[in-house]
Amino acid sequence: MDLDSLYQEIILDHYKNPHHQGLREPYEAEVHHVNPTCGDEITMRVHLSRDGGEPVVADVSYDAEGCSISQAATSVMTDLVIGKTVPEALAVHEEFLTLMQGRGTVEPDEERLEDAIAFAGVAKFPARVKCALLSWMAWKDATSQVLGAEALRTDRATADAETKEQR
Amino acid sequence: MTAPGAVAAGQALPGLLDGLDLIRADFPILTRTLADGFPLVYLDSANTSQKPQVVIDAMVDHLERHNSNVARAMHQLGAESSAAFEAARDKVAAFLNAQSRDEVVFTKNASEALNLVANTLAWARGPLEIGEGDEVVITEMEHHSNIVPWQLLTERKGATLRWFGLTDEGRLDLSNIDELITERTKVVALTWVSNMLGTVNPVAEIARRAHEVGAIVVVDASQAAPQMPVDVVASGADFLAFTGHKVLGPTGIGVLWGRREIFAQLPPFLGGGEMIATVTMERSTYADIPHRFEAGTPPIVEAVGLGAAVDYLSALGMENVQRHEEAITGYALEGLATVKGLTVMGPTTAHQRGGAISFEIEGVHPHDVSQVLDSRGIAVRAGHHCAKPAHKRFGVQSSTRASSYLYTTPAEIDALVDGLEYTKKYFRVG
Repeated sequence: MDLDSLYQEIILDHYKNPHHQGLREPYEAEVHHVNPTCGDEITMRVHLSRDGGEPVVADVSYDAEGCSISQAATSVMTDLVIGKTVPEALAVHEEFLTLMQGRGTVEPDEERLEDAIAFAGVAKFPARVKCALLSWMAWKDATSQVLGAEALRTDRATADAETKEQR
Repeated sequence: MTAPGAVAAGQALPGLLDGLDLIRADFPILTRTLADGFPLVYLDSANTSQKPQVVIDAMVDHLERHNSNVARAMHQLGAESSAAFEAARDKVAAFLNAQSRDEVVFTKNASEALNLVANTLAWARGPLEIGEGDEVVITEMEHHSNIVPWQLLTERKGATLRWFGLTDEGRLDLSNIDELITERTKVVALTWVSNMLGTVNPVAEIARRAHEVGAIVVVDASQAAPQMPVDVVASGADFLAFTGHKVLGPTGIGVLWGRREIFAQLPPFLGGGEMIATVTMERSTYADIPHRFEAGTPPIVEAVGLGAAVDYLSALGMENVQRHEEAITGYALEGLATVKGLTVMGPTTAHQRGGAISFEIEGVHPHDVSQVLDSRGIAVRAGHHCAKPAHKRFGVQSSTRASSYLYTTPAEIDALVDGLEYTKKYFRVG
């Protein structure tokens, strides 16, 4: 069993020195996700900014407790998504998901996944895949909550405008 | 590297089972090697026990030669299968020192057994009825399966759930027993042996107090039945549950024992075949215990396997099994004490303690501990072990748990201690 393929240096580095840790203001959505089988937990806040175009991931902050894989995955994820537009970040999320679900057969693209390529080995340990995905799922949930709320507000604004027009 | 205090070759640890090598030879899986040629070191028996050949053979023989449904089939195979199934009930009754075979009901597992009691109590009328103002008392060290059914019961009936707290050593805090168990108490439900802390609880003492106020006592013996003699009469319990797969038997079968006077008062749980006396389109009347609580085709081959398992345990002698567990647990606690940065949650001596030892290692998450141990063939459990409140009590979210059984050797404990030192080195702590 190749332990070193699971616990790559990059993973251990992020575990010991996690990036973007802590809960910060401002944020539009906060979520709490758990892995019920092991009890790993994460509270995550997402802040999106918008300068006319696509919404941009301005900040992701978190308070998490869990194993080296889940902690490192969270750290790497924040590096990857912060500064990207939501569609770009979602595309990276999809690519990471494909890597994780590939049982070790998917060749990761370093250009796009950066430090997350270190998780290629995790895909060979089915019991640990959930650890690597916990924070990604939390981020996706929080982001869709923000966008959902925004969409709702936009809908309401449109509806209000329409009502006004009718008057 | 050898653990300090390791038993020198050929020198036996006092209390170990006689002929441990021969006993181990009864368990085919123990000869397995895992990835990279590491021999299996199975320290996850509180999760599920391994099975001796005699249990496997009994089940295969039943399926190959006697398979048929029970009670309903009038042919020769039906008679053989019914006899085998009911013989298993006799064996379990004897194993528990039950006063009557009818007090033994086969369920799917211990969770179902506990849910059976909690659900039928919710439906009971008369003296067992539970309502507003009534209280159910549990403990902070319960497995989720002895917490959630009581939460559901008290929520449904407007009753109140209360619980014993724990001492820092991981024992029940009985200092407020008279405030907890009162005239309002209808049920006291507790584990005999903690699956996380290993603590053995004074069940008989608590049962005495519960009976003084007229409460019924429900005991989760899932961890007790595998490793110590369980005498249901001496225990003071009114109901006692355990699961087959932790006592060398198969999965898919559990046991609910209940004292006849109370068990017979409970209304039916699941409705269906075999649990009735007669059925008309308007109403039904019900069979007496045990069949009232065994609706549908029961786990037949599983019962046969469980019967063989308790026979195997009885042949070894549960007093001897208990002595073995105590010796191995004491040896493991000594070994773990040599690992710097390791903290055991629960009693740190083998006295009044079972074989499950949960611990944390500073700087290494339990998942990572179990992953590194697994790479060396050592199987332990990491997580909350379905005892989240007990973990919270000790300020942790999860732990690593090593749990021994009657086939565990001191050499396997040495492998665990070595494996933990290796784990620390791997994660560069300590």
